[in-house]
Amino acid sequence: MPNMIVCVKQIADPEAPPGSFKVDEAAKRVLPPSGVSQVISPFDEQAVEAALRIKDAHGGRITVISLGKDFVGDVIKKPLAMGADELVLLEDAAFEDADSRSTAYALAMAIKKVGEYDLIFCGRQAADWDAGQVGSGIAELLGIPSITVAKNVELADGKMRVERVVADGYEVVEVAPPALITVSNELGEPRYPKLKGIMSAKTKPVATWTAQDIGADTSQLGAAGARAKLLKLFVPVKEAKCEIIEGENPEDAGVNLALKLREVKLI
Amino acid sequence: MAENKGVMVCGEIIEGKLAAITLEMLGGSRALADTLGEELCLVLMGSGIGNLATEAIAFGADKVYVVDDPLLADYQTDSYLPVMEKVVKEAAPNILILGQTAIGRDLAPKLAFRLDTAVAMDCIELIIDPESKLMLGTRPVYGGNARGVYACDTKPQMATVRAKAMEPREKDDSRKGEVISIESGLDPSMLRTKIVDKVKEEVVGIKLEDAEVVICGGRGMGSAEAFKELEELAKLLGGAVGATRPPCDDGWVPSTLQIGLTGKIISPTLYVGVALSGSSQHMAGCTGSKNIIAINKDAEANIFKEAQFGVVGDYKKVLPALTEKLKELLSG
Repeated sequence: MPNMIVCVKQIADPEAPPGSFKVDEAAKRVLPPSGVSQVISPFDEQAVEAALRIKDAHGGRITVISLGKDFVGDVIKKPLAMGADELVLLEDAAFEDADSRSTAYALAMAIKKVGEYDLIFCGRQAADWDAGQVGSGIAELLGIPSITVAKNVELADGKMRVERVVADGYEVVEVAPPALITVSNELGEPRYPKLKGIMSAKTKPVATWTAQDIGADTSQLGAAGARAKLLKLFVPVKEAKCEIIEGENPEDAGVNLALKLREVKLI
Repeated sequence: MAENKGVMVCGEIIEGKLAAITLEMLGGSRALADTLGEELCLVLMGSGIGNLATEAIAFGADKVYVVDDPLLADYQTDSYLPVMEKVVKEAAPNILILGQTAIGRDLAPKLAFRLDTAVAMDCIELIIDPESKLMLGTRPVYGGNARGVYACDTKPQMATVRAKAMEPREKDDSRKGEVISIESGLDPSMLRTKIVDKVKEEVVGIKLEDAEVVICGGRGMGSAEAFKELEELAKLLGGAVGATRPPCDDGWVPSTLQIGLTGKIISPTLYVGVALSGSSQHMAGCTGSKNIIAINKDAEANIFKEAQFGVVGDYKKVLPALTEKLKELLSG
């Protein structure tokens, strides 16, 4: 039965209206939007779902690891309510202001401390910074093969069979564990936690580890270990100048839109 | 390592031709190389590359590194990664640029980690800072809600660029350049993954990425059946149908129709968004659209902030009337 690890990130809901989004340009930080709830990054939830599908078919154990701060209990425990077995939170000032490299390093060190694993799942990218580097980076640091942007995963005859999304369709790629797979939205909706799952999540083990706990070299962590430098962060200015085409009724507006498109020579 | 010099582009070959993104990267990177007064080189990996190196020179490269090996026929991390590592260590470029494609998304982060440098993913603009001479990469973050400008002190300075963010140059067959063959150094035991099947899901007709007119449907379409109406309009205007993420995730249309941050990048002359909210994640794929038209019953929908013309109303009523009138105008 496979030992599985899933890396997840808690972020502000990316589906929140764009109008609620603000940055502090001087500090180069995103301001916490008021009234927007925290969620597990959607691609990461799909990574949890991928691991659960393997567990449904073959059994096994799923450990969820999350690096962050200000964790919201009900949010970060959602993977446990969905069916994962244990949760490890990486929380330490030394992890803060990390780039993709220092994040992947901390997660790789935590995975080494967890010990035995056959499969690691990550979302294809976090829906906040959208870099899509951490999953591949973990595989590189652990020296294991990886397959990115998966839309379907199966385990058969001791091999992972992964459908990897490419521009004109998908490829079916096989790999023997241990391996890391990043999961894309095409995998489909993650399951909703059932009441029983939510109840049992309360009793599942949750550990919090610091930089020292995972034996990390602090010069490789957080801001100290970052190679990428963010020089500027801003919200692009939009020139809102939409001309609303009116009509007596919706059909009439449709006709007027056609006439407008002809008038401005778009057709 | 000796002083890093030159701008290197990691090329892609699709069905025996230089990929569109590769021509774009050559065009944009030529400008970077000229600003720095450095050479522009291209890496071509594949099997049976033939005269593509000469073509790359005509599109702006000064030097082309060719690595031809049957093990490079298909992209696999375990074959392309060590080859790129080898070429970069040999050529020691100052800047390394890849495409934000199925290949670049996979290869760039691993290569950056292996070379102990940083990569700015999915850039829409690359410039050279006049003072520091460092490359500054601008990339959309937070689903396109914000932009971040990135740099790094380590070499090579790496970036991936989004499709259509750069312009290809006119082909100039009189350009001269150097072609350098490099041994891959691969052996089959290095490949831990195996491609066992390739499934094409491309729809018939005009490719979304190349279409001059794109009719795009969103969650509000409600069903697979409803997309047929969009096809009618697309056909009339000689365009292609696209979708936001929900219709793809719900299986109304194949996921190859998805436009946006994690889907296709389009740059049509005319984009018509029907029953879609215009989320930043979707609009990230439409930024190259020259004229955006919106039809949505919610006057507050974000798409009206992006659109040039819009109709607030139920698409089920607006769209047939629009299509009929356009038919009349086009036949008259």
